Amino acid sequence: MVNQAHLWWAIICVALISFAFKAVGPAVLADRQLPAAARGVIALLAPVLLAGLLVVDMGGPRWTALNGPLLIGLATVAAVRLSRAPMLLAILAGTTVTALIRLVWG
Amino acid sequence: MGTGLAAAGFVLAVTFGAFARTEGWGVLAPIVCSLVVFSGSAQFALATALAGGGGVPTAVAAAALINGRFLPMGVAVAKDLRGGRIRRALEGQAVVDGSWVAAHLGGGRFDRYKLFGATVVQWPAWVAGTALGVVVAPPENLVESLGLDLVFPAFFLLLLLDELRGSRAARGAAALGACLAAALVVWVPVGLALLGASAAALLGLRKGLIPRDTRRDTKRDTKEAS
Repeated sequence: MVNQAHLWWAIICVALISFAFKAVGPAVLADRQLPAAARGVIALLAPVLLAGLLVVDMGGPRWTALNGPLLIGLATVAAVRLSRAPMLLAILAGTTVTALIRLVWG
Repeated sequence: MGTGLAAAGFVLAVTFGAFARTEGWGVLAPIVCSLVVFSGSAQFALATALAGGGGVPTAVAAAALINGRFLPMGVAVAKDLRGGRIRRALEGQAVVDGSWVAAHLGGGRFDRYKLFGATVVQWPAWVAGTALGVVVAPPENLVESLGLDLVFPAFFLLLLLDELRGSRAARGAAALGACLAAALVVWVPVGLALLGASAAALLGLRKGLIPRDTRRDTKRDTKEAS
């Protein structure tokens, strides 16, 4: 069982650190005009972080979370979306396929 | 988009609430944690590290490393927020994964209202989901049985597909970022791997690779400045 005093300290610390992480960029940069090169970097942050989030979400720490049905479900999402279906329909198709595979394969 | 993210977050929050309850967090702590931290991956890291007996410093470090991604995300949205430093710092609190990607307009620009709107919907859903998980404590495998653990990666994939459409620079940077994340996650915690992967955005320094939208912004800003 977790020590309650330790738990509350941990929650407070993580909350403050998260606040600081989110605040630093906007507070320091404010409305400063950035050079074009910096904007080029910032413009690429979204695709880079999305690709990174996708990889670490699927793989997990040391690739321990890699999961076959999840990969097939994700491929289904991509295929349905690329056939011009709406986003939510693509996700629904992916979750259904993932759930069915787990049901059949256990 | 915000509603879909909120629904996905709600389900994930139920599992967090249930997990925290089984680890002896009690009723109030998981709900307060969701209220003030509002980051699924960091909260799960915190709960897992504390459950593993790692102590407060280890648990806080694990959660902090995971939330390190908010640094570059905050830098990216900085230009599109309003007001002085304090107000911008407060507005920056709206940055969470789903809202950040939903608000991205392309070319490094963000829709400020979409950022706030998506967060305003997700936050109560996250807290309510945690509360439900604490009270009801559903079986751990329910989310997996229904395939709902696919929802977040699916959102990331769909938004990534949109980002990659029509931008060679974005495709190259995303591929490099994915490779870096894939390699780094073997050696370092997930959050640090994400931070390292963001180095791939440095490809934007190459003149020919600056995305079209950003070049347009640069011209417009130059005109406005003059």
